[in-house]
Amino acid sequence: MSNIVNVGGASASDERPTVTRRPGVWREVWRDDMGRTGLITLGAVLFIILVGPIIFPFQSQSFGTSSASILQAPTASHWMGTTELGQDVLRQFLVGGRISLYVGVMATLIAIVLGAGLGLVSGYYAGWRDTVLMRVTDFFLVLPTLPLIIVLAALFGQSILITSLVIGLTSWPQTARIIRSQVLSLRERPLVLRVRSLGASDLRIMGKHILPNVAPLIFANLVLVLSGSILAQAALAFLGLGDPVQVSWGTMLHNAFNSGAMSEGAWWYVLTPGVGIVVMVLAFSLVGHSLDRVLNPLRRGGR
Amino acid sequence: MNARYFVRKLSTLSVTLFVTASFNFLLFHVLPGSPVQLLARSGHFDAAARAQLVKLFGLNRSLVAQYFIYLKNLLHGNLGYSYVYRKPVSTVLGSAIGNTVLLVGTATVITVFVGVWLGVVAASRANTLVDTSITVGSLGVWSMPDFFTGMILIFVCGVWTHVLPISGIETPGLVTGLWGHLGDVGRHLVLPAVTLMLVNAAEFSLITRNSLVDVLVEDYMLTARAKGLSRRVIIWRHALRNALLPIVTATALYVGMVLGGAIQVETVFSWPGMGLLIYNSVEQRDYPVLEGCFLLFAIAVIATNFISDLLYQVLDPRVRRT
Repeated sequence: MSNIVNVGGASASDERPTVTRRPGVWREVWRDDMGRTGLITLGAVLFIILVGPIIFPFQSQSFGTSSASILQAPTASHWMGTTELGQDVLRQFLVGGRISLYVGVMATLIAIVLGAGLGLVSGYYAGWRDTVLMRVTDFFLVLPTLPLIIVLAALFGQSILITSLVIGLTSWPQTARIIRSQVLSLRERPLVLRVRSLGASDLRIMGKHILPNVAPLIFANLVLVLSGSILAQAALAFLGLGDPVQVSWGTMLHNAFNSGAMSEGAWWYVLTPGVGIVVMVLAFSLVGHSLDRVLNPLRRGGR
Repeated sequence: MNARYFVRKLSTLSVTLFVTASFNFLLFHVLPGSPVQLLARSGHFDAAARAQLVKLFGLNRSLVAQYFIYLKNLLHGNLGYSYVYRKPVSTVLGSAIGNTVLLVGTATVITVFVGVWLGVVAASRANTLVDTSITVGSLGVWSMPDFFTGMILIFVCGVWTHVLPISGIETPGLVTGLWGHLGDVGRHLVLPAVTLMLVNAAEFSLITRNSLVDVLVEDYMLTARAKGLSRRVIIWRHALRNALLPIVTATALYVGMVLGGAIQVETVFSWPGMGLLIYNSVEQRDYPVLEGCFLLFAIAVIATNFISDLLYQVLDPRVRRT
């Protein structure tokens, strides 16, 4: 809240509060038990995903040569066992994490740019533009997301690029709603009136004065959308709509489920990618909830 | 209830339904690469079959005319023919809807009880170890994809211990009599319903907790305590009623989520409902069935939203007056 009060002051210092505020937010998240746990977990997950494939020498492409090498329980040479094709589960897990994260991040960027952009325009201009945009937003908010994503993926393809697009294009409405309600109150601040009377253009006001003030909110929302996107990608891949070449954690679970790993009791093949998804999503959710608590004491957007 | 409010909501409802139908038409009939367009262009048909297709969808007419044909078919409950089952889509859907309603309904009832109860427990012991455990536990369960929860339960209850059936809705030919049959279906229902419940109960508990924590610091809570009311009465009778609004709002979004969950859970447990139908129709590219399922899911969500809006009116006198 303090940034808004500060911003209401001299227009010359209006950019400073948001800039100096950043480290404060992270310090508070770090002080929060949930936030610290999330940040540490997230660091560990990112390290494993990004550095793991470089360190571990296993070949992901090598297939098993005998029936004994198929769905093998963890051994000294295959720490997490093997897949139904005799591939190393750990190596596939390390590479697959990158795909899951990549789709999640791409989809989130699309959703946030769309959601924040529409929310900004809608809240700033109000009037008929707001009415039209919010009607569209409400329509997409109402459509069941996962079924819609499945339909779009089934119709338009399964490459990781299309998957990212499909998830991104269906995940923006809530962000738009939250940003809009914040912008609606910001545009009534004295600062905005003052800058406008000085002759600043709408674009400049939105970019220089309103956007920096909603940026923390956008960021908190981004982390939560990221969790949702990773889950959506996993579900899509599990249902057989993942990229067949770029194996993600969801695709691994799809392969495990459809190759009889369940009835063979190959828990290592199921738990490895599954736990990966849960830990990554949980880490993002913990950070997101903590950020939300720090940035938004009222917590409740919408109505 | 305010009649004008009702009429306004009703008109919004009809507009939304209309837009949904049009959106569906755009996706499945108009866009390049949409099933109807592909079907008409594919070389697998002889002249007579192609002529029939063209006539059915009005493909030789203008887009506007096709659109009206589509709407007319829709209003008559004609959703087209399944490529795979070779039956009308409405018949295929009809045999699956009941199973999904049974699964989602059961899961919802448990979800509300477990979720709200956990939320109340957490809120009434806010910032204690109990609260933290419930909140973190809920977040943990919320972070699990439904299908993965299902797979774990299959390992625990089906592969390692054999306590519960892990696939299908009944054991064919094994049980006789109405009660035997009902019991069998009930046993098959346990794991899918629990899986579907877990993630949603986690969400409900988080929302209830946050909403209740906000209410508990209000002045009228102090008044209630000053009147000498017991803790139990204060929380369950006074606070929870006021904390209900965000929960009702969440319910509207819940339906979309639970249907997404049902697709995954029905796939994992081979539960013969609409979710499994969606999975199969995606795998076999049976687009008319996919279209029908999606339309029905959208209608279900829109209808629930409508009901939750009306409930809002009943629950919150402030909305009622405006």
